[in-house]
Amino acid sequence: MNAGSSVKTLKTMTYAEAACMALREAMLADGNVIALGEDLGRGGVFGQYRGLAQEFGAERIIDTPISESNIMGSAVGMALAGVRPVVEMRVIDFALCAIDEIVNQAAKNRFMFGGQGRVPLVARMPIGIWSASAAQHSQSLEAWFAHIPGLVVLAPATPQDNYGLLKSALACGDPVIYMEHKELWGTQGEVDTQVIVPLGQGRKMADGNDFTVVTWSRGVGICQQALDSGAFGTAKPDVIDLRSIWPWDRAMVLESAARTGKLLVVHEAVQVAGFGAEIAASAAEATGCRVKRLGAPRIPVGYAQVLENESRLSVEKLIAAAQTLLAR
Amino acid sequence: MTTQRLLDLYRMMQRIRTFENAAEIASQGGVAAWGMAASAKPALVRGPLHLSTGQEAVAAGVCINLQRADLLTSTHRGHGHTLAKGADASRMMCELFGRANGYNKGKGGSMHIADFSVGMLGANGVVAAGIPIATGAAHALKIRKQPQLVACFFGDGATNRGPFLEGLNWAKVYNLPVLFICEDNRISATTPTSIMTAGEGAFARAQAFGIPSRQVDGNDAVAVDAAAQAMTAQIRSGDGPQFLHAVTYRFKGHVSVDAGTYRDPQEVAAALLKDPLIVARAKLAEAGIAPAELAAIDKDVQAEIDAALAFAEASPWPVASDAYEDIINTGSGVWQ
Repeated sequence: MNAGSSVKTLKTMTYAEAACMALREAMLADGNVIALGEDLGRGGVFGQYRGLAQEFGAERIIDTPISESNIMGSAVGMALAGVRPVVEMRVIDFALCAIDEIVNQAAKNRFMFGGQGRVPLVARMPIGIWSASAAQHSQSLEAWFAHIPGLVVLAPATPQDNYGLLKSALACGDPVIYMEHKELWGTQGEVDTQVIVPLGQGRKMADGNDFTVVTWSRGVGICQQALDSGAFGTAKPDVIDLRSIWPWDRAMVLESAARTGKLLVVHEAVQVAGFGAEIAASAAEATGCRVKRLGAPRIPVGYAQVLENESRLSVEKLIAAAQTLLAR
Repeated sequence: MTTQRLLDLYRMMQRIRTFENAAEIASQGGVAAWGMAASAKPALVRGPLHLSTGQEAVAAGVCINLQRADLLTSTHRGHGHTLAKGADASRMMCELFGRANGYNKGKGGSMHIADFSVGMLGANGVVAAGIPIATGAAHALKIRKQPQLVACFFGDGATNRGPFLEGLNWAKVYNLPVLFICEDNRISATTPTSIMTAGEGAFARAQAFGIPSRQVDGNDAVAVDAAAQAMTAQIRSGDGPQFLHAVTYRFKGHVSVDAGTYRDPQEVAAALLKDPLIVARAKLAEAGIAPAELAAIDKDVQAEIDAALAFAEASPWPVASDAYEDIINTGSGVWQ
């Protein structure tokens, strides 16, 4: 990766700044890349578009009415007519107002018209529990979109991946559901601008032979915390940040699960019919490994801290799940 | 209006009528719907057909004012818009028959009929779903500084869906080159739109957004043409969206297997007297066109559609592996 270059490409920045930089570079490289959504002119509600309206103008950083159906539907029309739109849905909960446009229009267009057109759009829809935002601003719905043929689904957990995956998403030409976690916007990290993260490739966070942990998004930080604090004790986990929900890194997960014989899947989303179930079932079918899932109970996210905590991941819940898996 | 233009409108309407009549016959017994079972032997057209019979003047009158590079979005009732935008009847019939050389390779059928090569961006199975897509295509034209416009067809039923309101607002706010055409056949699937719609309907709603609007007799191709001509010129001059409310009547049921018996027979009989083809023939007679000339057009059109049927029936089926193509490049090959 750029070993011979004299250009310094390593910078420290936040998760939000990393995405902003990736989009800015894509907009500089291709005049057809634009972004549209509510309040983008003021930098987006999480600052993830800061400075772009000043640099590229209102015609390419489009402040839209609160019209989620038309934001997403018009992005489909734009894509068919040669523009490469980045769609901002504000939070994933609002993307539900545009579900026809995502599921029936963006995802189906290429197939149902026999390949006459393609829909290269990136739909950003921040997920997760954040700032006591309660039931309608806290969901993680990656499994919904993983279920729909025609969609790519991504969930970066680090500044590097938010830079590299957004770059890949913008280049891939298929409709992409891009899920940033709202609690990660301020996370600092090093970003190498020469690293373009390939779609469908997981990231190994720790090497071990005792059991496998597969996680993504907010779960990555919880797992890292457990690794850093030695909370797993003497057991050595093989830990994978999946990053791409669809396509997912089957080779990396199955290799690890076959080797350790035990798989724990960890995600913030509701566990019932979550994407962890898909991974656990796939790994068990392919390798015969034992499986364990850790996700939220099937309850709406509550407002008060004590209620919200019931839906949150924690190191304690992670360790308890790992111990259950190892004890069987 | 030149006589030639009137003849062109007549020919297009006759092509749409003949195409849909042929498709309807080819579909008989093929669809299990509305409480009826499909016949044991599959029909040549297996899926539902939403026929625009009686509404041809809207498609013909608008599209005669479009250029090939202009774009168009349609509804589930889209055969007429597709033909009038310049698609080939044979490739359309192949698609209805589910054959590999249909416009969509047999993947879409009637409800998703499309010919992107002539700017026809698709019929759509979801009411009002073409409206946001049309505004987006027009937005792209504006961003890319291209001179075309987008014609956006939808029915009166669509005016009660959210995307209608969102899309009209959007087109006006960004001053986009869209001609909205409300093809008002006065019925939402099987229920009269009037009893489910507050206020004065489509025309008044468009005016509330400040979009210049006109109302025309949608069974009179000459009237539709005249309005569309003025409105497309206005849009091409950079004046933003326009709204054409064309009032017409759907002769057939909602979908091919629906006989439409829920309508007052007297209402239907009265509407049939205002058949857009009858209206056009009267105008052609006034212009001194001999019946023999129209008969020659009718014969031509019948031959075209007969050839389309024969071509479609002789065309190859898709193969099972085609079900895995044209979906996605990212992760292609992993379907489970």
